[in-house]
Amino acid sequence: MAVYTDVLCPFCGCICDDIVVEVGEDGKITKVRGACAIGRSKIMGHDRMESPAIREDGELRDCSYDEAIKRAAEILADARRPLLYGWSSTVCETDRVGVELAVEIGAIIDNTASVCHGPSILAIQDVGLPSCTLGQIRNRADIVIYWGSNPVFAHPNHMKRYSYLSKGRFTPGGKKDRKMVVVDVRETKSAKLADLFVKVRPGGDFLVFSALRAILQGHEDVVPDEVAGVEKKDLLSLAEMIKNANFIITFFGMGVTHSGARHNNIVNAIEFTRAAHLHTKATIMPMRGHYNVNGFNQVCTWLLGYPFSIDLSQGYPWYNPGETGAVDVLVHGECDAALIISSDPASHFPADAVRHLARIPVIQIDPYPNPTTEFADVVIPSAICGVEAEGSVYRMDSVPLRVRKIVDSKFMADEEIIRRILEEVRAIKEKEGE
Amino acid sequence: MAELLIKNGVVFDPINGVKGEKMDICIRDGKIVESLHDEHSAKVIDASGCVVMPGGVDAHAHIAGGKVNAGRLLRPEDGRRGLEPKRGVCKPCTGYSVPNTWATGYRYAKMGYTFVMEPAMPPLTARHTHEELVDTPIIDKAALPLIDNNWMTLQYVRDENYEMLSAYVAWMIRATRGYGIKIVNPGGTEAWGFAKNCGLDDPVPHWDVTPADIIRALAHANERYEMPHSIHVHGNMLGHPGNYETTLRTFDVVKGISASMQRQTMHTTHIQFFCYGGTSWKDFESKADEIAKYVNENEHITIDLGSIILGDTTTMTADGPMEYTLYRLTGRKWTNHDVELETGAGIVPFLYSSRNPVHSVQWTIGLELALLLKNPWKVVLSTDHPNAGPFIGYPILISMLMSKKRRDEVMKEVHPAVFDRSSLASIDRELDFHEIAIITRASAAKILGLHNHGKGHLGVGADADVAIYGISHEESDAGAVQRAFLNAKYTIKRGEIVVKDGEIVATPEGRTFYVEPECEESLMNEVMKDIERMFKEYYTVSLSNYPVQDVYTPHPYVIRAPMSG
Repeated sequence: MAVYTDVLCPFCGCICDDIVVEVGEDGKITKVRGACAIGRSKIMGHDRMESPAIREDGELRDCSYDEAIKRAAEILADARRPLLYGWSSTVCETDRVGVELAVEIGAIIDNTASVCHGPSILAIQDVGLPSCTLGQIRNRADIVIYWGSNPVFAHPNHMKRYSYLSKGRFTPGGKKDRKMVVVDVRETKSAKLADLFVKVRPGGDFLVFSALRAILQGHEDVVPDEVAGVEKKDLLSLAEMIKNANFIITFFGMGVTHSGARHNNIVNAIEFTRAAHLHTKATIMPMRGHYNVNGFNQVCTWLLGYPFSIDLSQGYPWYNPGETGAVDVLVHGECDAALIISSDPASHFPADAVRHLARIPVIQIDPYPNPTTEFADVVIPSAICGVEAEGSVYRMDSVPLRVRKIVDSKFMADEEIIRRILEEVRAIKEKEGE
Repeated sequence: MAELLIKNGVVFDPINGVKGEKMDICIRDGKIVESLHDEHSAKVIDASGCVVMPGGVDAHAHIAGGKVNAGRLLRPEDGRRGLEPKRGVCKPCTGYSVPNTWATGYRYAKMGYTFVMEPAMPPLTARHTHEELVDTPIIDKAALPLIDNNWMTLQYVRDENYEMLSAYVAWMIRATRGYGIKIVNPGGTEAWGFAKNCGLDDPVPHWDVTPADIIRALAHANERYEMPHSIHVHGNMLGHPGNYETTLRTFDVVKGISASMQRQTMHTTHIQFFCYGGTSWKDFESKADEIAKYVNENEHITIDLGSIILGDTTTMTADGPMEYTLYRLTGRKWTNHDVELETGAGIVPFLYSSRNPVHSVQWTIGLELALLLKNPWKVVLSTDHPNAGPFIGYPILISMLMSKKRRDEVMKEVHPAVFDRSSLASIDRELDFHEIAIITRASAAKILGLHNHGKGHLGVGADADVAIYGISHEESDAGAVQRAFLNAKYTIKRGEIVVKDGEIVATPEGRTFYVEPECEESLMNEVMKDIERMFKEYYTVSLSNYPVQDVYTPHPYVIRAPMSG
């Protein structure tokens, strides 16, 4: 039996890096310690796609990697407006080759951020992001706000490792030295743990941010007695808490990015942070979901200048989310082929987008089958990054880490699959004399 | 490997004392050689009527890493200012002040530059810096880790435990695959963790040390090894009116410390931002003359300019409190990213306007300094890219430094405050090609200690990094100078032609240079105990996942730095 320590978890944006993994004589993982339930399940592995396959007469027929990769390359080389989508649950090495593929074929390349924290990125481009790494929270934060996010379920180790329950230099007492605030539309399990729960009427976050901004900037007189279901006196006492704090952090989630005013919510959340900074150290951070959703945004930004939703059809990167996002080009019926890697648009995209996706040739690369597999024309199973393949990943706070390969696998790594597709595409184009 | 002969060019190779001589350069296997084996089969470049120099060396430009990428993400509007479609061997380009990595490599190569120092690598995110450096084509590069606001540094300085400090510094430079010690607002960036700042002689909150203590201790730690470079310092109070006095006192902090190598003991970077007189923006004035006087009279200091390019740019620095001040001043968008136990970062877009009296005076300062310093070997041309302007503005600066006429023309265009609050108008000096070759390659290579590793000169055995500019050595027209330095006629990187007639023709991968200080094992074992405790109690990553792995430097050039005798 082999024991691996300080293993990194390829599940959420927390990327816990103190996991212990035991591997039996047969090369199978037998035990995972220190991970949350979801992380453990991810590392232990479950129901894999067993073989590459190509759809013929409506049925998937098993084939070799060579055949599937060749077919995938033919589809992409043939397409006039291909979409390359997903990229968040794989390593940066894959994303880099993906960008090269997109440049080669003039594709639209986009990742899951466009249906997740995409609005947060748009807000950052409006006003910036006063933030920090998670260790600053661990060592300094005396007020931790979770706004529209439910870490108990979505990021189970977040509080323990990085925030409310962790202990640090200026917070040696852990939660005794901190106050936790949860702002949400319902009393979530996270809210039950909080020192203060602020219940906001659905869609009312924008107003509450505005009210807090006004108070923090000395204009409490303009705030009405009640704002989106929150009483003014509660807002005043929250503002007072903030003013007297040494360091505050607001972690925000999908509850804010995808309700009502969308990216304007986040602009206001950041403006609230700036207002709080007039009194104390104030920071804010999106609770990124997939372990490497941030990594794709980083890679895309350094290679192409923009973080997601990039159209390369003109030979240069064109960035205009709302026009160049995956959902946009699908809903508009623009794209005529799609490569989907490590994600499941069939489950998460609007119905109109999924309908179009089902009509066009789809290549899927993933360790696991999911609803997208139901209509994929080429499926290519891959190794699980962080368990069967190594590479760079970026934590929610942009700390870069290297996930490891723990066990051997019969499956090909994402990076190699994409690289081989790229080589095949180049070979086809060369033959065509382009 | 094929041989290459550069014939009939007028060569400026200051390190070897070659001052505008017509001579041939022979190249084989990526190196400069005495003579060719076979002149007939060698490829020949006729450089008649051209100026030939070693490849340019940039001692200070923020081109890669978390902060640079956060700047790109923050400013899609900047991305659109530099769009170029893929073409030939080139990938697509974006960005003006924050170009993508491909554009960074291509644009430097087109200017004849072949080495760039990324001067601010947060240790915790060193992997990110290296990933971007790997994706920056053509040029060789290195990065300086920020070690000054680090809790372990502060602890050892407070305890006056300088032996342990030197071991820690060695560990950190190795763990990050860094090149030396970078200092940015020592103490102040740590204080910024709780939204405070501090001056050179103020105690750092919670630490009972002063920034001066930190600088002095790190200078000593650096000189314990045969480090190619000295400490690289961005001091306290950057950008504040009246800060020149702090700057002069900062120079004095390391006076008397002896260097382990033949070089300065402190490189003070983007000095333009540290030369300010006055008590507020109202009576703001240039004190370039005071700074130049000190540097002229003292041998332990070198500088780079941080000269302003008028127009819009993106400021970014580990000096978090300074960026906050800039955000409060401009009201523009503001990103901040403090890094646990180590450092921070701030980013704010900024417009240097020719209509603004302060910006106009700032613009004069970099030029004043370059012209007031008697010894060009003490100064490197820089814009602190992108803080004072993007690196593609270097040819503009070169043309200004070479032409009094050009300076006078621009001074008429900017705010008239420049005539009262700066001495630029009264300076007649014009640099020649030889002096330009010094401040754009030779002095940078010497200050960084790279001349011992084949950079910055064309002597036998040097890397065959050569820039050929399509301009006569007798040309004095500023416009011609600017055009020539923006698009080299040829750039040769390790013997390979990468630029021809101003176009990229090949995109080889560059190397990453890093230094390995060699510390005694017993001391290192001792310091590891403290490092382990620090990771357990305060960091959010495990120690074993912290050091940069081999894969992030696929083309390494390693410089050993033994203990100094």
